[in-house]
Amino acid sequence: MTNGILVFAEHREGVFSKTSFEAITAAQQLGAELGQAVTAVVLGTDAALAGQVAAYNVDKVVSAENPKLAEYTPDAYTDAMERVVRALEPQYVILPHTYLVRDFAPKLAARFGKSVVSDCIRASVAEGAVTFARRIFLGKIDADVLTDGEAPVFATFQSGAYRSEQAARGDAAAAVETMAVEVGEVRMKPEPAFQEVKQAVDLTKADIIIAIGRGIKSQENIALAEQLAAALGGDIAASRPICDAGWLPIDRQIGSSGQTVAPKLYVALGISGAIQHLVGMKNSTTIVAINKDAEAPIFDIADYGIVGDLFEAVPVLTEEIKKLKG
Amino acid sequence: MKIIVLMKQVANKDSILRINKEGTWIEEGDLTFEVNESDGYALEEALRIKERQGSGEVIVCSMGPQRVKSVIKDALARGADRAIHVVGDDLAHIGPYKAARILAEAIQGEQPDLVLTGLQSDDYGFAQTGVILAELMGLPHATIVIEVDASGEQLRVKRELESGWYQWYTMPKPALLTIQSGISQIRYASLKGIMAAKKKEIREVQPAADDGASGAHQRITKIYFPQKTKQTQFLGDGNAKAGATALAEKLRTEARVI
Repeated sequence: MTNGILVFAEHREGVFSKTSFEAITAAQQLGAELGQAVTAVVLGTDAALAGQVAAYNVDKVVSAENPKLAEYTPDAYTDAMERVVRALEPQYVILPHTYLVRDFAPKLAARFGKSVVSDCIRASVAEGAVTFARRIFLGKIDADVLTDGEAPVFATFQSGAYRSEQAARGDAAAAVETMAVEVGEVRMKPEPAFQEVKQAVDLTKADIIIAIGRGIKSQENIALAEQLAAALGGDIAASRPICDAGWLPIDRQIGSSGQTVAPKLYVALGISGAIQHLVGMKNSTTIVAINKDAEAPIFDIADYGIVGDLFEAVPVLTEEIKKLKG
Repeated sequence: MKIIVLMKQVANKDSILRINKEGTWIEEGDLTFEVNESDGYALEEALRIKERQGSGEVIVCSMGPQRVKSVIKDALARGADRAIHVVGDDLAHIGPYKAARILAEAIQGEQPDLVLTGLQSDDYGFAQTGVILAELMGLPHATIVIEVDASGEQLRVKRELESGWYQWYTMPKPALLTIQSGISQIRYASLKGIMAAKKKEIREVQPAADDGASGAHQRITKIYFPQKTKQTQFLGDGNAKAGATALAEKLRTEARVI
């Protein structure tokens, strides 16, 4: 018999990520709907870390321990998680869709002859079966996904899919169960993580951001956006492809691999709105999108939208703003 | 050094996607296709590693119906030495575990020193095929790689973490890396390259018969456009200039940012 939901709580050097608590929320909600117990698992070298998770309303916390888990490697984490999953035989294994999880979860699932239902944004239960929803085509379309139900089902949830503050705390601390896990040869050796030279531009403090994407078409056209930024008194930023092309420096990049901002006004010019970009700006107070594709995902979160040619709209917008500011 | 680059053909990023009548997938009839963005960067990195070392072989491998030949030919024109095409009409729609099994079968005999692919596809976006393939082939791997140093006995790679953090990993060869977009500037195919590509080998292989153990564990039951989380006010009604004028007014009176 297989049973229960296992949720993976991710930490880096002892600090749990916000998305881990979102995953706990997801696991608790699924557990309630399916009538299944939730167990959290923390990988590391001692049980102190697991104590932080035990405050949440879970059946128990498994502290899977091995000296080789002191730092993250896909080899060690996969071995450890495989041991835990085989020991507990959960029906669902829920993980946050972080860069760390992306690095090892497919390897873990492959040990069970399957893949991960990855990057989910929702899960709903009907007649005991879970339907997962994922974004496909860079966020343009949603897909409902059913699994064959055969345990274990591995699923990862996108950052923001559930709310971390909704993770329910328990009346009393959950029991922490220590599990010494075997870890085989670890082939990769990590060096300490680091940040690139201090970013010259701190966009997190900007009140107004004019961001450009692929739709700007050429480096010369950036001048149009700069004129709008000057009129509004804002800063220029960009989605990843613009920085990849070297049109703007990397410290202007907004999104999961760049800066996360929440200005009063965010104007997205020619940005379709891949999820990696949206996570970096979706909390902006007012979002404006100008894009020729009416189905672009950026419009899903925009307050004001113009479907059309940005090369027509932007010069007019700049002039009108200058007039209004008089 | 023998490098295999796995490249997927996906719907062109600028395509207007339409959902089919059954609501199960997009209408593919009127689509144009292109190489998956990060796979293009994987090829570029392979070519640069070969150039830095002054010798070696870059083999491109793609899976799918005959239309994927355009991706293969473009890769050969840019400098790949030869290609493997795993042929099958339905291969674009199998899950990552099954895809990895078929790819492992197709390339295992080549005994590559390095396998490169993009970090995820722009259509299904599973972000798993490379990692599962590494597991099936018994190779160490690293994902979301933005720099590769293949000059030493060991491979040293820079991985992107979240929020502007990075980390170097060292691992033995052979290994599999999934490459992040933007690792370098992608070259264009030269006319000479396009001519030379015509003489390069494209070996077609058929996937092994399904043994039943690799079935799809997840299947799409329905696709649909995402529900809007915000009520967007669309301005201009298709007239971009009129929209801009209306927008300036809204920014002053409603959003109060002017």
